Order: sequence, then structure tokens, then C-alpha cells
Amino acid sequence: MQVTVNGVPTDVDDDCTVAALVAARTSGHGKVAVARNGDVVPRSGWESTRLSAGDSLEVLAPTAGG
Amino acid sequence: MTVHEVVPALEQEEKADPFLLGGETFTSRLLLGTGGAPSLESLERAVVASGTELVTVALRRVEASSSASMLEVLDRCGVRLLPNTAGCRTAREAVLTARLAREAFDTSWVKLEVIGDEHTLLPDPIELFEAAEQLVDDGFTVLAYTTDDPILGRRLADIGCAAVMPLGSPIGSGLGIRNPHNIALLRDAVDVPVVLDAGIGTASDATLAMELGCDAVLLASAVTRAREPERMALAMRHGVEAGRLARGAGRIPRRWHAEASTPMQGLPEL
Repeated sequence: MQVTVNGVPTDVDDDCTVAALVAARTSGHGKVAVARNGDVVPRSGWESTRLSAGDSLEVLAPTAGG
Repeated sequence: MTVHEVVPALEQEEKADPFLLGGETFTSRLLLGTGGAPSLESLERAVVASGTELVTVALRRVEASSSASMLEVLDRCGVRLLPNTAGCRTAREAVLTARLAREAFDTSWVKLEVIGDEHTLLPDPIELFEAAEQLVDDGFTVLAYTTDDPILGRRLADIGCAAVMPLGSPIGSGLGIRNPHNIALLRDAVDVPVVLDAGIGTASDATLAMELGCDAVLLASAVTRAREPERMALAMRHGVEAGRLARGAGRIPRRWHAEASTPMQGLPEL
């Protein structure tokens, strides 16, 4: 199925969870946050939150700034 | 105490002059932004030279981030991370970004930034206030980046912001403190810490902020974009300390005409 990840249309498995998406996208450090359709997905919900077709996801990490 | 013990005692007193922010105690009154550093090595040297204990970081899409190595550097420096909401233009964006930052950084502290104009990067006071209200209600420790308007500053303090952070001049401009009068009025208007944030160009600007009564100074570009960031970071550290000492010492009143410090008595007739 197709979702949008950080603004880019992306194919993911039908049973893809937020946790799986994060694992595939990040370098392993823990300081990551995810928004799904404009709402925060708490870390405690990453394993249990399955993506749906058409979801819009933002996977964010710290960067220099401010 | 002998005369020769006075200065060391003052220096000890200065070191034991804690900066209370959000219910926590800091030694350094200099907060450093991490944006604009030419390299991670340069950033690390500047952070160490500055003596800061609190650095701001932003949240961006993971592809654009070199976050793992930056986090390692900041971890090595032993500094605490303060997430910001840089780039947000509405209260809705800022609140969501703060909530995401809370997840990523495991902290409820946030430097709240809501920008109203892309050319000046000046805060949007209405969106800022609305976001601050929501985040305070949500349990955040809100450090609000604001204009130098004393009334807005007081309103932000009244709703529970942990610090009010007025700009000296636009972000990255290096124009220093354009309206010292407003900064002094704002300082008098609130009981929470006032942190001069944005516009600092050089160490004397940081000193002036402290002389005006600010509790701390937050800067980034003045250090990270200096020809020698490490040296400027050290200058800022001393500038903040000098301003704090001078504020405590009490400046002499300004006079229209000269007042001789050398006595006229005993003046020889030559």
C-alpha cells in the first residue's frame, strides 16, 4: 500500500507499523518523533500502530538549529 | 576579611550565583544555539569554550538530519538539550512540534518560537501567545521567544511561561540590542527569568543585556558564524559574566557634564 513519508509517496507492507517504519528510516538513536496525519504517535504506541493506505507520516529527528 | 581576600571572595560569590530556570539550577548564564556551525568539531569546541549548560536544537525530517553524530558531540559536552519550534508559523504548528519534541527528547522543556514574517523572522505575538497558553496547560516548561514588548512579556509570564526571551534585534542580524529601554522595562515587568535571545553580534552586546538586568543570554550565529567560533564563545562567556558583575556592582549615574575624580584641594599654583 502507499503512504506518504516526509512528503514522499512511499510503498510499505500492508502490515507495516510505525515502529517498523522508524527502524527502517533512522540510524538507531532513540531521539525520534513521529506524526501521523497531523497527530503525535507516542513512542508507547509505535508497535501497536499499523499504517493505513493514504496515511501521511512525518518522521523527525534532532538537527542543529536555534 | 583582609583587603587581599576580598577579590577572591567576590569571585567565589560570582561562581555561586545560580541561574534558576524552570525550577532547575544552572551555573552558566549563556545558552547556545547550535545552528550555523561550519562543522561538528567547530561546534564542539565552541560549546566547551562557552561554558554553556543548555543548547538549543531543532526537529527536522530524518533524511535531512545528521542527528546521531551531533547528539554524540553534545552528549560528550555534557550539555542539556533544549528543543525549539523554529520554523513554525502558527500556534497549531508550534504546539504539534513541541509535542513531537517532547517525544523525541523526553523533555517537557521547549523554546517556543512562532515566526510571523519570513524576512524579519520576527515573532507573531498572537500565534505565540495562543501556543504558549496551550503548551503551559499541557504541562510544558515554556521558554517563549518574543518581541521586546514589555506588555506581551508580562502577559506571557502571567499565563505561566517559565522564561520570557525578548529579541535584541532580528535573528542572525548581529545588530545588538536596538531598544535597551524596552528590555529594561520588560525586565521590571516580570518575575520570571528574562533571557535576551537573538540579535547579539559581539561580546559587548551580551554584556549590555546583562547590565540591563537580563538573567541570561541565548545566542547562536554570533558564535557559530564568527571567524573563530571558539574564541568568540569564550568572549561571550566573559561578556555575560562581566555584565552580570557590573549589574550587581551598580553603574554610576549618567551626567550631562564632567565630574572630576581628582580633588581640586591642594592644587599647586604653577
